[in-house]
Amino acid sequence: MAKREISEINAGSMADIAFLLLIFFLVTTTMDTDTGLIRKLPPPPEDLPEPPPPIKQRNIFEILVNANDQLLVEGEYMQITELREKAKEFIKSDVGNPNMPEFKEEQIDGLGLYPVSKQIISLQNDNGTSYDMYIKVQNELVGAYNELRNEFAQQKFGKTYQELVQQAGASESAEQQLDAVKKVYPQRISEAEPKKVGGTN
Amino acid sequence: MSKFRKKGSKGQPAISTAALPDIVFMLLFFFMVTTTMRETTLKVENKIPFATEIEKLERKSLVSYIYIGKPIKELQPVFGTAPRIQLNDAFKTKEDIFQFVEMERDERDEAERNLITWSLKVDQKTEMGIVTEVKQELRQANALKINYSTKKTDKILN
Repeated sequence: MAKREISEINAGSMADIAFLLLIFFLVTTTMDTDTGLIRKLPPPPEDLPEPPPPIKQRNIFEILVNANDQLLVEGEYMQITELREKAKEFIKSDVGNPNMPEFKEEQIDGLGLYPVSKQIISLQNDNGTSYDMYIKVQNELVGAYNELRNEFAQQKFGKTYQELVQQAGASESAEQQLDAVKKVYPQRISEAEPKKVGGTN
Repeated sequence: MSKFRKKGSKGQPAISTAALPDIVFMLLFFFMVTTTMRETTLKVENKIPFATEIEKLERKSLVSYIYIGKPIKELQPVFGTAPRIQLNDAFKTKEDIFQFVEMERDERDEAERNLITWSLKVDQKTEMGIVTEVKQELRQANALKINYSTKKTDKILN
């Protein structure tokens, strides 16, 4: 059989086809990776038939946000930038200071009996508070916990809190350490149902 | 010098575009890999706030979105400017959230139903009233794992 020359397929329009596909994907997809502050809501109220036990005033860190996005922390007017330090001071607590939260000895794996402060942060906002402000307050509180956990993790285990979180899936000791850090500084943020706390809008 | 002149007199050869499809395909694959399909058309203004202490949501298939904000400009003549809740592609009221939660749960495998994260994408300027109502509804529906969608920033400004 005679050898027939196969003519080359013209690939000139390949670029056009690829461009078409590219533009299609550019239009129909989004690039935003989803990030955010992860929170857990309390279970529905029916699950708590009995009233919760009374909490001592010294164990509560009270934050009020009004409709004008102003902060009242423990009865004091405050700027958002000061909140983190103040919250850290409170969460960390201070042995012997009657205005700071009490300590309770708790059994923690890897640390034995360890005094954990009985802190609770109570956050109450107005119906007119802007979402932006609400997120800022939440962010500062989470930041305060994270910084304290970080300090503790570095002091006790020589690793940052971030590192522990990353390693927790892979190694068991890191997971135990992470649990310990979380138990020493448990995130206790309680959100009260909003009411009118003042500030006209 | 004469060397150069000789070359120039022959006329410039056309630039080969043979590699162009390859480059475009490379771009195409990049976008296919890094992006995700747009699932809903936004009907509300949605400029989400910034925060520093953010976490990344790991499994996209286990995230359901709730959008809150005022209707976009084109829809304002019809729907006004009061903030509204958008579930999937339509404006809904807070009473619809319970049903929405049930529907989203039905779409997932039974083992994963309790792992769904409810991502609240709320416009910065929204007032907390409507957000709290939505949160209460989610609580009633036992959808407790929520995420306030925020963007990363380095510093919180006053």
